[in-house]
Amino acid sequence: MISHAAPTRRTLHPPPVDASPFPYHPGSLLSASDLSLEEVSHLLARATALENQDPLVRDRILAKRRVALLFYESSTRTRTSFELAAKGLGADTTLVSSLSSSIEKGESLKDTGLTLRALGAETIILRHNSSGAPWLLEAETRLPVLNAGDGMHEHPTQALLDLRTILAHLRPGVEIVDSETLAGVTVTIVGDILHSRVARSNMLLLPRLGARVLLCGPKELLPELAAKAGPGIAIERDFDASLRQSQAVMMLRIQAERLAGLQLDLEQYKAAFQLSGPRLAAHAPTALVLHPGPIIRGLEITAGVADGPQSGILEQVKNGVAIRMAVVERALTATGTGGRA
Amino acid sequence: MTALVIRGGHLIDPAAGVDGLKEILLKDGRVVEIAAPGKLKQANGAEVLDASGLTVAPGLIDIHVHLREPGQGYKETIASGTAAAAAGGFTAVAAMPNTVPVNDSPEITRWMLAPERGAGIRVFPIAAATRGSKGEAINDYAALKSAGAVAVTDDGNPILKDNIMRETLAAAARVGLSVIQHAEDTRLTQGASMNLGPMSFKLGLRGMPPEAESGMVERDIRLVTELRDARVHLHVAHTSTAAALGAVRQARRNGLRVTCEVAPHHFLMTEEHVGFYNTHCKMNPPLRSAADRDAMIEAILDGVVDAIATDHAPHAVHEKEVEFENAPNGITGLETALGLSLRWLHKEWKMPLGRVLSLLSAQPAALLNLKGRGTLTIGSFADVVVFDPKAEWIYRARETKSKSRNTPFDGWAMQGRVRWTISEGRVAYRSEG
Repeated sequence: MISHAAPTRRTLHPPPVDASPFPYHPGSLLSASDLSLEEVSHLLARATALENQDPLVRDRILAKRRVALLFYESSTRTRTSFELAAKGLGADTTLVSSLSSSIEKGESLKDTGLTLRALGAETIILRHNSSGAPWLLEAETRLPVLNAGDGMHEHPTQALLDLRTILAHLRPGVEIVDSETLAGVTVTIVGDILHSRVARSNMLLLPRLGARVLLCGPKELLPELAAKAGPGIAIERDFDASLRQSQAVMMLRIQAERLAGLQLDLEQYKAAFQLSGPRLAAHAPTALVLHPGPIIRGLEITAGVADGPQSGILEQVKNGVAIRMAVVERALTATGTGGRA
Repeated sequence: MTALVIRGGHLIDPAAGVDGLKEILLKDGRVVEIAAPGKLKQANGAEVLDASGLTVAPGLIDIHVHLREPGQGYKETIASGTAAAAAGGFTAVAAMPNTVPVNDSPEITRWMLAPERGAGIRVFPIAAATRGSKGEAINDYAALKSAGAVAVTDDGNPILKDNIMRETLAAAARVGLSVIQHAEDTRLTQGASMNLGPMSFKLGLRGMPPEAESGMVERDIRLVTELRDARVHLHVAHTSTAAALGAVRQARRNGLRVTCEVAPHHFLMTEEHVGFYNTHCKMNPPLRSAADRDAMIEAILDGVVDAIATDHAPHAVHEKEVEFENAPNGITGLETALGLSLRWLHKEWKMPLGRVLSLLSAQPAALLNLKGRGTLTIGSFADVVVFDPKAEWIYRARETKSKSRNTPFDGWAMQGRVRWTISEGRVAYRSEG
């Protein structure tokens, strides 16, 4: 683009941008960037401790505490694992989904949140189709809010469980993480980056541990400005070249529900970006294969790779329960004055 | 009507080249006499306002406001919107036609001007350019002008079709009306709720590319060029991108009558202010990049910008307390325009006071050919703002005279406090205390 701007002749000191007041509650998890590396380490350690604890002892930790799951989008893994995590700690859970509640009648997110709070919910786990909805819910209810995926924005517990999976394979035994823990590690995220909250949360978290994140996909699904989203992020559109550099590769589903009229040639897409057995064997024979699910077999990934020895997909699902136990425990036991980490 | 003397103040009338201690006599809605202190000859019996230490200037004029009547009185009424305007030092506002129904007829234009609306200051309706602002059929501009319309626009629904825009520019020129364009190629902004850039990517929001604005401005300028009619006046509303300003700058060099306005939020704020989905920072055009914001400041200081206009767009509290992408566009601005302009353009960026005031009065009056306004020469309308130029204060949205308080400037420092706003000789606002 040709810039028509006149050259700047003076130093301007325009109005500053105020520091964010979020999160209001120290137990909230809105964004992967809310967590300091100390907090990430603590959550990883608690996930392991809780996973290993006797279920009959563990369920006293949050006995009879009230956890609301508020889901505006369908979900299998996230919803079930949050529910099992909360119940595993002894909490009472209730599920409100947009298709069987007053949301259908036009009740706003604010009113739904205030209603859940009045019913005694002590934390709300929110899945919403609009980016930013958890921030609105937290500001209005001041409850600890756990972001279980908001629009195209973030999915912080997914990033944590992905991290746990990556560490188990590449840094076994490590739970205390710092800015060097993943130094030398390249993680490639492949596919529909534009619409992916999983990609955004991982892009925020992994570089802080020293990892390099490579983004791979066609221009329609991976705009150039994605590389400016933070440090440690680069774009490599040649899938084979990115695989050759990667110790872990994260495949993403094409989000047909968010394409908004975008036309894609799926055959072309598969030729360029599908993770197949031969491609994996040729370019990344030891890399860990991840996928947040749901997977579309035969599109972004072949059945052979999804079920193959390099796949960590079901391990990710299993780690989801452990990580979410730690996150729900934090939501209901966190103390402090709030503010950003 | 009673006579009013404003005594002891420092009169700044940029259009008339006046900048000094003067007394001014207002009578029957007009400026009757201006004289050195103590030298007024016809002031006997007049009520006196003591403006010692204060600045006296032509009442401010905002050529871009949404008063929401008819149809959306829960957001704003002509009475409440003009009360907010008077509190902000404004004595005239031009009201956009995106009402319910759209102001595309002489009947609605006259309804807005009727005394029953309770306007506290002068309202100048801007009529829709096309029937229902649908961009298809041109309205009867002669009839709208005689009903009181001062310009035409399809604000918010930009005219996309070249032939309709060409016809609009030509037809408006024939009756001496300006065409105001909200420059946005809406084919490039479907589903978008903020500026397209690293910030929109990070927030997972669909973005409006700057080219959606500049491309439309360039298209409109091309149409003006092709018409080869000196009467054609294109005014670009709420300019927000460096590229669009550059196009306006070039059109002017080419001798075209192309003008533009900039809103305070576009010369003060950037997309970073959206923070975590602050719906009080959602408007259209959106807050842009820092480079665009800096270009707005430079263009104001350079004189390329013809007016500061607020795009005052009130919305009810519940309408803004929703998910960002579902929130309506717009913020209020009438009560903060002067305080922000003085705080930043004058105090911070050293723009002379007279030039700042000119952007808020003389120049917007000239743009829409509002005769007898924007200046305080003898015979002009007695539209006056008296303010304390040194007063620093904090704006509190909860104290607004508007029905709405969707402003990002709540808690911001302001410079210059309005003491009196006088509309055609009547005190429309006086500050308490």
